[in-house]
Amino acid sequence: MAKRSDYWIDRFGIGDAIAYAKKKSVPLHKHSFWYYWGGISLFCFLVQVVTGILLMVYYRPGPEAFESVRQITYSIHFGWLIRSVHNWSANLFLLSVFVHMFSVFFMKAYRGPREFGWLSGILLLMVGLIFGFSGYLLPMDDLAFFATKVGLEIPSAVPIIGPPIANLMRGGLEVSEFTVQRFFALHAVILPLLFLPILGLHLWLVQKHGNASPPSEEAKPEAERKSIPFFPNFLAKDLAMWLITLNVIALFAAVFPWQLGEAADPLRPAPLGIHPEWYFMSQFQTLKFMGKMFPGYAGEAIGMTLFTLGMVLWILIPFYDTRDKTALRAKRTTYFGLLVVGILLLTTIWGYLGVR
Amino acid sequence: MSESVHTQDLPMDPESEGFTRRGFVKYAIGGVGLAYACAIGYPIYRYLNSPVEESMAMAAVKEVTLPDADKLPKGSALVFKFGVKPALLIHHPDDSWTALTAVCTHMGCTVAYDPGKTKIVCHCHGGTYDPKTGENLSGPPPRPLKKFDVVMAAGSVTVKRI
Ligand code: FES
Repeated sequence: MAKRSDYWIDRFGIGDAIAYAKKKSVPLHKHSFWYYWGGISLFCFLVQVVTGILLMVYYRPGPEAFESVRQITYSIHFGWLIRSVHNWSANLFLLSVFVHMFSVFFMKAYRGPREFGWLSGILLLMVGLIFGFSGYLLPMDDLAFFATKVGLEIPSAVPIIGPPIANLMRGGLEVSEFTVQRFFALHAVILPLLFLPILGLHLWLVQKHGNASPPSEEAKPEAERKSIPFFPNFLAKDLAMWLITLNVIALFAAVFPWQLGEAADPLRPAPLGIHPEWYFMSQFQTLKFMGKMFPGYAGEAIGMTLFTLGMVLWILIPFYDTRDKTALRAKRTTYFGLLVVGILLLTTIWGYLGVR
Repeated sequence: MSESVHTQDLPMDPESEGFTRRGFVKYAIGGVGLAYACAIGYPIYRYLNSPVEESMAMAAVKEVTLPDADKLPKGSALVFKFGVKPALLIHHPDDSWTALTAVCTHMGCTVAYDPGKTKIVCHCHGGTYDPKTGENLSGPPPRPLKKFDVVMAAGSVTVKRI
């Protein structure tokens, strides 16, 4: 028995990988819990790949999109479950990516040498959001239809280049079967092709630079800092987290199966209380609010400009708050982060109150 | 001395490998892993197998009624679906009727009725069958085509599994 496993370990060089993994260590401190969220995001992504491929077995983009999702949901064995898992896991993916990003932010893990881990992570989040937006249309029920219609109004608000871009994305002046067809190509081919190499880079950088310790830990003398080996200790904990995640997804998918509305009909008025998914709620509410403050296109323009500005600052933070700069910058950055979290939470809650 | 060697060989020795704590944990993890694999694998199998089940249910039909098939001219044939597979209804020149499956017994091509030579031919590898009995006459087909019962009615023909 032992002999046989030695054979495979030798032939595939597994020994080298294990030796490498044993050398790595993960810092252990009171904020260590936040280290799991990147792994949880990765696990959700893998679930998306598997369930996405399974859905592709029956999904038909184009004019039959709604009918095919209706079949998946109501007549294919366990189709409702696969679809529900894909939806819940998508939401959990974005949630864990957000948690991961904010924990990285507040632990100041974006500081050199990890600037590009931060940047690639932001790119992954953006691609993730486009995944969410494009996937939302695919069932082509009334909510999907209006969400996409409204969502594509945002690029069309950009002067001059906006409307042609929105038209290209829609494949026409109105959301139609052409839109579903191209959103499907985007969702199932182009975005994965974009996502995977960035993910590869992101994971490689984590391997290369290791987990960052928060400044409070870095201030301690070397002897007082604790760590655990990556293999097998941290990996075992990571896998345990994956198992918990799997159970949470399965539970939600089974207990709250994802619903399918009525087929999209451009001639019917938008359903009452229509609102975007939670991860777009903050933008939605801000635009709505700006629209009230400054009537007409000005509101949308101001809202978008503020958002873009905030995003740019957020992305560039590793180059502002570097290790060798003053403590003042570090403090300002933390306040900026708190402000962003505050605004996001407030506008999101406000948005949901407005929907009621 | 030989006795002590014996005791070491006994399979029930609690110190032997199968009874260590490590061994137990290994089996427990393996068991839980297997349970998860089944819990995930079973729905996926049923999901992928759905259309297979559907087509099996369709294949199980006992009879098919073909409206207006009684008007089929002599010396011609009609291809129709019996369950999920093609079948032939033939109106022979002598006014008799035959229904046969149209799936060649060689490699599954759909056969054709050749009224000129009053034969059933398979274009894939040149097999031929008798249009009245379904018997394999020449070429590679190993078995005859299966026959159905034909029940004539005014305005329709019903084909039944025998
Ligand atoms: S399949 Fe008909 S002769 Fe080969």
